[in-house]
Amino acid sequence: MKLDTSGLESVAPVWGAPGELVDGFAAAPSFELPNPADFDGFQKEAIQMVKPAKGTTTLAFIFKEGVMVAADSRASMGGYISSQSVKKIIEINPYMLGTMAGGAADCQFWHRNLGIKCRLHELANKRRISVTGASKLLANILYSYRGMGLSIGTMIAGWDETGPGLYYVDSEGGRLKGMRFSVGSGSPYAYGVLDNGYRYDMSIEEAAELARRAIYHATFRDGASGGVASVYYVGPNGWKKLSGDDVGELYYKYYPVIPSTVEQEMVEVEWEVEVEQEMVEGAGA
Amino acid sequence: MARYDRAITVFSPDGHLFQVEYALEAVRKGNAAVGVRGTDIVVLGVEKKSTAKLQDSRSVRKIVNLDDHIALACAGLKADARVLINRARIECQSHRLTVEDPVTVEYITRYIAGLQQKYTQSGGVRPFGLSTLIVGFDPYSGVPSLYQTDPSGTFSAWKANATGRNSNSIREFLEKNYKETSGQETIKLAIRALLEVVESGGKNIEVAVMTKEHGLRQLDEAEIDAIAAEIEAEKEAAEAAKKAPPKET
Repeated sequence: MKLDTSGLESVAPVWGAPGELVDGFAAAPSFELPNPADFDGFQKEAIQMVKPAKGTTTLAFIFKEGVMVAADSRASMGGYISSQSVKKIIEINPYMLGTMAGGAADCQFWHRNLGIKCRLHELANKRRISVTGASKLLANILYSYRGMGLSIGTMIAGWDETGPGLYYVDSEGGRLKGMRFSVGSGSPYAYGVLDNGYRYDMSIEEAAELARRAIYHATFRDGASGGVASVYYVGPNGWKKLSGDDVGELYYKYYPVIPSTVEQEMVEVEWEVEVEQEMVEGAGA
Repeated sequence: MARYDRAITVFSPDGHLFQVEYALEAVRKGNAAVGVRGTDIVVLGVEKKSTAKLQDSRSVRKIVNLDDHIALACAGLKADARVLINRARIECQSHRLTVEDPVTVEYITRYIAGLQQKYTQSGGVRPFGLSTLIVGFDPYSGVPSLYQTDPSGTFSAWKANATGRNSNSIREFLEKNYKETSGQETIKLAIRALLEVVESGGKNIEVAVMTKEHGLRQLDEAEIDAIAAEIEAEKEAAEAAKKAPPKET
C-alpha cells in the first residue's frame, strides 16, 4: 500500500535558498533498506529491536450511558520507571478519545495527526466524522507503515450520530469493533476485573468505579503499570474527565488499615531458661 | 481574442477563460435535462432523440447510478460524461472503503466539480464538455438533494433546475410553477417542465425516479405516456375553464 506521508510533510518547504545552505535534504521521508543475505530474518530482528514492550494498562468499554475510558500513567524503560505521570488518554477532539499503549511518541503523534484529519473532514463535509471513519483513517495509516517499527495499541472511543463507538486499532494494521477492550501488559488483570463486574446497564458512577478498580488491580500485579488511574467518560455531549487517583492511595481506600485493639502489652518478662548453665549468661535474674 | 483560446491555462485580457465558455456552448447544444426535488422523492428527466431503428435503446441510458442512493443525468459531450461517471463511481466506493460510510450527495458533487475544475487549470487538457444534475438522499438523515455542476467546476444545490438545450425556458417554467411536492406530483412537474421544449410522447423523454426505499427506478414508456396524457388532459381542462363563462364552476 502506498505510504501515507501526509503526517510527515512540513508546511514550510524543505529546500532552502537554492544550492548554498541546505545541501543534501531529501524531499520525501524515505530510507534505503540494507541488503543482507537473510532479508526476512533481518527485518524481524530489526522490528524486535525497535519494538518497545507495551508496558501499560488501558481499558475502555461501552455501556448504557456511553463509553468509559481508563488508563494508568506509568512509563517504564525495562526495569526503570521513567515517569509516573504520563497522559495516556489522548484527547483527539471534544467528542473522541484515544488511548496510548506502546511507543509514546508514536501514539501521541499519530493521534494528533488523526485529530487534524478529523477536523479537516468536519470542515469539508460540514458534519463530524464518525468514530468508525476516524478509526478507519488511523488504521489505514498504520497499515501503510506496517513492518516499519511503529508500536501502537490504541482504542478510539467516541460518541457520534449512531451513538457510542469503540474500536481497537494497532500498528499491525488490525482494527476491531467491540464493547470492551483492554490493552497493555496489565490487560489480563484488568480484563479479569472488568469482565467480572461488567453489566450493560450501569450508571455512570458504577461504570467509573468498575474502570477504576480494573486499572487499580492491574497496577497492583503488573510492574509496568502504576502511577495514577485516570477515568474519562464519553457521552452525547463529548468527553469529561471523571477522576485521577493515585493507585497507592486507592490501595488504602479499598483495603483500609483497621487499627486493631492491642491484646497484650509488651512487658519485660523474666523467664527461667532450661538450658545448660554454661550457655546462659546472666539470663534470668 | 483569437490568441487567447488555444492554451486554456491563460486568461484573456478581459478576464475570460474561453475554453470554459466554449465548453458551456457545447453543453447548450446537448439534449435537455431537468431535475426536480420533492419532499420524499427526486426526479430526473432527459430529452431522448429518437433512437435509430437498429439501435438497442437500452445501451443508451442517459440517467445513471453513481451508487445505490445517488443518480446523475447530464447534458453535453456524452463521452466526457462516461469518463466523469466512472471516476465518480470509483470515488463512491473508495469513500465507503475508507470511512465505512456511503457518500453524501454534496460530497460526490464536490468531487465531480473538483475534477471538472482541475481540467480547467492543467496544461494540455481541455475542460469536460458537460453539466451534470446529481440527485440523491443523504444516507443518514434521508433528506433528498439536487445539485448541478458545470464545466467551470462550480456547483450548487437546487430545488429544481434544467440544463442543456432550451434550459432557460425550462427554468423559467419551473420558476413559475415550482412548489413543494411529493411522490407523483413531483414526477408530473418534471415531465411538464420537459414537455415545454420536447415533443410529447414517451418515446422522446427518459424519466427516472429516486426514492429512499427503492433507489433509482427508470419509468418505462407506457408510464411516461400515461402521465403525459394526464398532463395534456389537465392542460385542456384549464384552457376550457378559462374560455367558459365565469359563472361555471
